[in-house]
Amino acid sequence: MSPDPGLREVPFRGGGFAPGNRRIAAPLTFAALVLLWWVATARGWVSPLALPRPGEVASALADMVASGEIWRHLAASVRRLVVGWAIGASLGVAVGFAIGLSTLARSTALPLVSALFPIPKIALLPLFIVWFGIGEASKYATIAFGVFSPMAIAAFGGVDGVERSLIRMAQSFGVPNRDIVRKIVLPGAMPALLSGVRISASIGIILLTAAEMIGAEHGIGALVLSAGNLMQTDRLIAGVLILAGLGLIVAFLIGVAERRLLGWR
Amino acid sequence: MELIAEKVRQTYGSLDVLDDVDLVIGSGEIVAVLGPSGCGKSTLLRLLGGLERPTSGRVLLSGAAPAGSLNPLTYVFQDFALVPWRSVAENVALPLEHLAMTAAERAARVADALARVDLVDFGGTYPKQLSGGMKQRTAIARALVVEPAIFLMDEPLSALDAQTRDLLMDDLKRLWTETRFAAVYVTHNVAEAVQLGHRIVVLSRRPGRIRDVVAIDLPLAERHEGHPDLVAASRRIWASIRDEAAIAERELIDVA
Repeated sequence: MSPDPGLREVPFRGGGFAPGNRRIAAPLTFAALVLLWWVATARGWVSPLALPRPGEVASALADMVASGEIWRHLAASVRRLVVGWAIGASLGVAVGFAIGLSTLARSTALPLVSALFPIPKIALLPLFIVWFGIGEASKYATIAFGVFSPMAIAAFGGVDGVERSLIRMAQSFGVPNRDIVRKIVLPGAMPALLSGVRISASIGIILLTAAEMIGAEHGIGALVLSAGNLMQTDRLIAGVLILAGLGLIVAFLIGVAERRLLGWR
Repeated sequence: MELIAEKVRQTYGSLDVLDDVDLVIGSGEIVAVLGPSGCGKSTLLRLLGGLERPTSGRVLLSGAAPAGSLNPLTYVFQDFALVPWRSVAENVALPLEHLAMTAAERAARVADALARVDLVDFGGTYPKQLSGGMKQRTAIARALVVEPAIFLMDEPLSALDAQTRDLLMDDLKRLWTETRFAAVYVTHNVAEAVQLGHRIVVLSRRPGRIRDVVAIDLPLAERHEGHPDLVAASRRIWASIRDEAAIAERELIDVA
């Protein structure tokens, strides 16, 4: 028998596993990275050939803004991203819902989607250029194709996850199938759809850049490639930062959509 | 309107769930269906409301639905089946939305149904904010709003705590006294069955067969706990299910 240890508090062992969000932390993280970058280049730890100083990148950005060059690139990229993503996402959601709701689609389309998913879509760009020409259509097709599979899989998973008891309930009140899909299945699958949007938008930006590097006059990808060819690392880094900014904006928009559409959770 | 089960049999693959069930639910009558776990009583309820097809036998309706009944056979589910992204009022409005009626009429029906279960002030609340009892009252309002001829209730009180269960039982009795609906009330709880059932149908263990039918003539309003009629009925029911329940308990493992 060990001795009676006397009166003591029960040790706390709960808590955690509930990450919150400090608004100030994200800008601070970015600021700290820039500071590190600045110190590393100013002290000569990193060769200026390998990595330009933050100031040089900023002035390259400012020059592009002043000359209006940046807007040409940005407009071309954003249009490709929006159009390509919209085509791919709407087809993906439609096919995903079909897989989630119909035996025929599940047995035919699901294996197809699984087979298409791992194909690196950029490998198909040359084929799309043969089909659609070097213009915009081949870039739309590449992005749409890349967005399609993750959206289809997200939609199908979301539909599968909708509680069957809610569907039986709606049926028991004689709610028509069309309304069941619209009022029960679609909102029930919304969390999965939005996480699909998160993933597919990033895939879209990756494919956008890759496609623009292969054959485009304008666009952020073309900007980065040409800057690299001319060893203009300041412009190159500026282009990469714009891409990162694009990712942040997309994440912000999805956050807004989540707060509006998933407030009930 | 009467609901009739005629020699209903249900099998899932090689599993016999219900065997040869004959049952008539008259208008204005509450039939409690009582049986041990896994005796097929929920299956019987799904068959009665057309959510499942019987392997053999028929489920029939006789007579016209009362005028104004929008969904004659209406379920109340054990897990409430509330739509989490809809407020209480929107949940109650759901079964009206596909029907032709003006927005004003729909709103009036929803308000009336909420008033009958005492949820007037909670129309804008979301299900996750509600207690279990309020969730089930919301589900009952959603059933009332379509003016059913026959309620099909699948253990509606089983997911609730004891106090809430008593209160809701009183609500159900009051609602019945107001509208005299018919109901099939599936439960495994003898006390609930004798509180609410005009007739209590006792099912045997799987495959479920009707083992006994106990009628209680005492009016619902006079059914207080410990009333001799209820005690006598409970005793008779217990006698017929005790052995079955003990055996069914041991069988539970292969029900799933």
